[in-house]
Amino acid sequence: MLGAITLLLICQLAGETIQMVTGVPVPGPVIGMALLFAGLVLRRRLPGGDDGPETPAALDQTAHGLLGHLSLLFVPAGVGVVLYLPLVADEWLAISVSLVASTLITIALTAVLMAWLARLTGAAETEEFDRESGAP
Amino acid sequence: MTRDLHALWVYLAASPLLGLTVTLVAYQAGYWLYRKSGHNPLVNPVLIAVVALVAMLKLTATDYLVYFEGAQFVHFLLGPATVALAVPLYQQLRQLRKSLLAVLVSVVAGSATAAASAVGIAWALGASRETLLSLAPKSVTTPIAMGIAEQIGGLPSLTAVLVILTGMTGAMLGPWTLNLLRIGDWRARGLAVGVASHGIGTARAILVHPVAGAFAGLAMGLNGVATALLLPLLATWVFG
Repeated sequence: MLGAITLLLICQLAGETIQMVTGVPVPGPVIGMALLFAGLVLRRRLPGGDDGPETPAALDQTAHGLLGHLSLLFVPAGVGVVLYLPLVADEWLAISVSLVASTLITIALTAVLMAWLARLTGAAETEEFDRESGAP
Repeated sequence: MTRDLHALWVYLAASPLLGLTVTLVAYQAGYWLYRKSGHNPLVNPVLIAVVALVAMLKLTATDYLVYFEGAQFVHFLLGPATVALAVPLYQQLRQLRKSLLAVLVSVVAGSATAAASAVGIAWALGASRETLLSLAPKSVTTPIAMGIAEQIGGLPSLTAVLVILTGMTGAMLGPWTLNLLRIGDWRARGLAVGVASHGIGTARAILVHPVAGAFAGLAMGLNGVATALLLPLLATWVFG
């Protein structure tokens, strides 16, 4: 657990450092995510069977523990709306219509395109969405 | 007695403990309601927590920065959590490999749609220039979006708020849109929600299905990179 947290922080730190040094417009944590992903893929190439090693149990647990309440982590930034209540109140119509419409258009377009392209490139899915067992 | 209470309030209000505790309590109250509602996407725990905390700050006339002293500990975890998204992604490596081209094309198309439609609609409804520029990166995860807003001349902290609102919109109305369109592919469902509503959509997708969660996390990361590279170019072209 402690080792896994340390690993996550090291990846983030390395990501932030790369971002600072190279000035790429990608934030440190996203570079850190790419580094950890690359690390896991490389580790898989090591001897240890066809599929290579599983994710280390401690890393798996820590990552899923952290991601299980990912929404909580957005609350402090969200409360920042308090600083912009006057501006949001002034332009509430433009902001709310734009946010809702744009989000729905984006979801619809991306999902239709992805489902179509996946079928087109023959990447059939292994498991189908079950309408009965609860729509997400 | 009243004086003692006042002294206690002064002490607590100045310590980060209070901001941190109320954040956790408000979120768990929201999460409890979400569970009670049978996981109804409209009962969004982030929205409930944010509304409750904003009301509390207003009622007690507390400054946001004082609240953030405590809440920053939660906020800090966003960084390591973003790194941790590599784990579910790795666990879906096989699925991912099969559909990589479809994923890349869909994410770039989604990224452009998100920025163009948001700015276009708000412009048509007469939003101010600073709102438009703050709105453009709204579908990207908070830290990236704030960086982009700063670069193109928006207001980074307004962007943070618009990003969160977008995330809640996608998490609340996304499942409904996808059902309406009869999208049955978990990869497409996850990817769409991740592109349009970043971490908040991803957080929900993770709870619903592992494949959807992994593709949502992937879409969020790729969309962040795509938008960070493309939007500054587009913004100088459109806004001059």
